Amino acid sequence: MEIVLAIMIGILYAAGIYMILRRSLVKLILGIIILGNGANLLIFLLGRITKGSPPIIPGDLKVFEAAYADPIPQALILTAIVISFGLQSFAIILIKRAYKVVKTDDLDEMNAIDQDS
Amino acid sequence: MRTIILKTASAYLLPVLLLFSVFILLRGHYLPGGGFVGGLMASIAFVLHAFANGLSNTKTLIRFHPGFLMPVGLALAFLSGMAPLMFDLPFMTGLWYPEAIPVIGSLGSALFFDIGVYLVVIGVTLTIIFTIADTI
Amino acid sequence: MTQQLVLYPLLLQLFLSIILMFSWKRISWQRVISILGGILNLGVSIWLFAYIWENGTQTIQAGNWEAPFGITFVADTLAVTLVLLTSISGVAVSAFSASSIIPARLKFGYFPIFHFLLLGLIGAFLTGDIFNLYVWFEIIIISSFVLITLGGEKAQLEGAVKYFTLNILASMIFLTAIAVLYGLTGSLNMADLSIKVAAIENRGLVEITAILFLVAFGIKAAVFPLYFWLPASYHTPPSAVSAIFGGLLTKVGVYALIRVFTLIFVGDVFMQDTILVMAILTLISGGLGALIQTNLRKVFSYLIICHIGYMIIGLGMYTEVAIAGTIFYLIHDIVVKTNLFMVGGLIYRIKGTNNIKSLGGLYAEYPRLSLLIAIPLFSLVGIPPLSGFWPKLSLLNAGFNDQNWWAMGAILFASLITLVIIAKVWSNVVWKDKVELPKRINFRYFENLNKTRKIQLVAPIVFLSLISLYIGFGAEHVQQLSTRVAGELMDNQQYIDAVFKTGQNLKP
Repeated sequence: MEIVLAIMIGILYAAGIYMILRRSLVKLILGIIILGNGANLLIFLLGRITKGSPPIIPGDLKVFEAAYADPIPQALILTAIVISFGLQSFAIILIKRAYKVVKTDDLDEMNAIDQDS
Repeated sequence: MRTIILKTASAYLLPVLLLFSVFILLRGHYLPGGGFVGGLMASIAFVLHAFANGLSNTKTLIRFHPGFLMPVGLALAFLSGMAPLMFDLPFMTGLWYPEAIPVIGSLGSALFFDIGVYLVVIGVTLTIIFTIADTI
Repeated sequence: MTQQLVLYPLLLQLFLSIILMFSWKRISWQRVISILGGILNLGVSIWLFAYIWENGTQTIQAGNWEAPFGITFVADTLAVTLVLLTSISGVAVSAFSASSIIPARLKFGYFPIFHFLLLGLIGAFLTGDIFNLYVWFEIIIISSFVLITLGGEKAQLEGAVKYFTLNILASMIFLTAIAVLYGLTGSLNMADLSIKVAAIENRGLVEITAILFLVAFGIKAAVFPLYFWLPASYHTPPSAVSAIFGGLLTKVGVYALIRVFTLIFVGDVFMQDTILVMAILTLISGGLGALIQTNLRKVFSYLIICHIGYMIIGLGMYTEVAIAGTIFYLIHDIVVKTNLFMVGGLIYRIKGTNNIKSLGGLYAEYPRLSLLIAIPLFSLVGIPPLSGFWPKLSLLNAGFNDQNWWAMGAILFASLITLVIIAKVWSNVVWKDKVELPKRINFRYFENLNKTRKIQLVAPIVFLSLISLYIGFGAEHVQQLSTRVAGELMDNQQYIDAVFKTGQNLKP
């Protein structure tokens, strides 16, 4: 299970970085989304995978008896997902606005900032 | 997308989905659920309504700008975080009413925090989606 | 009352943003609330600073969860100093924005977002938890994205795309680094990490994690190979926004570097050498970049990069004297850079252009204002006894103790280049004969503003100039402060004791 996830994360990172390096803004957003998913999976993997033992204490006990899944990575991933939700919706509106104003989604043609005013 | 089937269904689905989102919000302390998921569900209910009946109809249904929910929710979350300060406890310490209340369960400051999150999420999501939908 | 003092600046900013969001459409209220709130926050920050100065490091466990599990807020001397400086810059920029930001931008929630930015900054300085630091960073970058795009001009959007991409990439790398660190240690509390990372045997993996952190914070701090987003974006938004960005946003990256490399990844010679090389190249490349620019705000943007080098170089040398120099430079730089961009905004308001070639004749028109502008400009160069001189002296002293000629050479070279640039700016903007410019229509020139607006533009510059004069002439006090901070940073045990409440002299 770990090895499959590790390969998966590698592929996600590679794909994300490849997409970010493209010139098109739409691919840039896709790259950021894929990279974010890769990072979330990495947290999940590095928090150690414990199958079928959720961190929920039975009602009649005070402490855990058996090994249990670490709940912190899940909290971290949830936070990261919420944050990337906000960032991505901002990014989509940003490229939409930029496309309307600059009339291109090619990063190389966005060079108004290099001209002096 | 404006078919008669979806239109009729959305009229019944909107209250059901909203009620379900409140249910998800309230069960959130010990079981999967909570303010964020509940808020997303409530906003999906409105988005469905907007799909079926058009954006302007949904806007008249909500009556006020959904962005207004953001400061309200933030203020609620902020106040519930501040409440423990009056008892000389650190910020955001959970305060609990000792006896359980029927339907809702135990009542505590965490619940109000979650309701704040719920409102903020509805406000943010609807503002984003309405803004995008407006400009298309 | 004082038990929760650590969180007061944080809560106050949150409260202000909520109040400002409720008065979304009422711009005149927002101006008043923002300035008064800024002054109140300055008072609270001074109170916190004085309390920490007297009583030593204080901590708070949010939600009352015990130390390695809950989120800790730690107020050590470095953190409260930076909170104080944030409040100082914050109140100055509030007043400056009240006059210089056009109402069309204010209508889209400039002030609430501005206070969210300050909230994020204060949170990042005070937190003692690495994942919480990530969350504050995200609050900072989301607010800064909104501020940088507000108005939606062409140059702004293009700058924002670059700013957005690189910053989000930095966040992803930061998140990856946190994931690896959590996998290694199973902890997120920085004091706990400090103990656990030191005990790890697989040093190679620790080094990789450290490099991930270096890259992530390096992008935020704009050090040598990672700074290209900064000159592409910082000159595009209104000057009030540039002022807060230039003064504080890159410094938060520097703060994170200092915190992580003095607390968690300690005593790693390879990393120190890497940081040192990056710092030297930052000093040189930033300086050379500024030399060829003709847009005033772009010159200042490159100077930000150049001067980040001074702060990183002390971290690379890693001796107590060098760290003290770094901290002193950080204090001086926040005040002066904020002021510099506001000066840029004022000049733009007077003349209607940012191009150095078409500026000129400022001394003939506004002699007293020119004298005021001289203070931040020459503080930046560090002409004794102005504020930039003393930290450079500390850093040179540290370089000399280490026999580190490369570092000393870079420091002197960057100082010289800064001097050349500032001399060029001064002679072109202030002393050169006036260049006749075509009058811009629909542009609110400084001379046409009413008296309140003029005061709101000039008063923050006077305020920050006075503070930088104090840093220069009262260097003894600031030196005492930075030496104390350096002592605390070099001795981790104090921080760890404060978090786990194992020290003796801590109040219950």
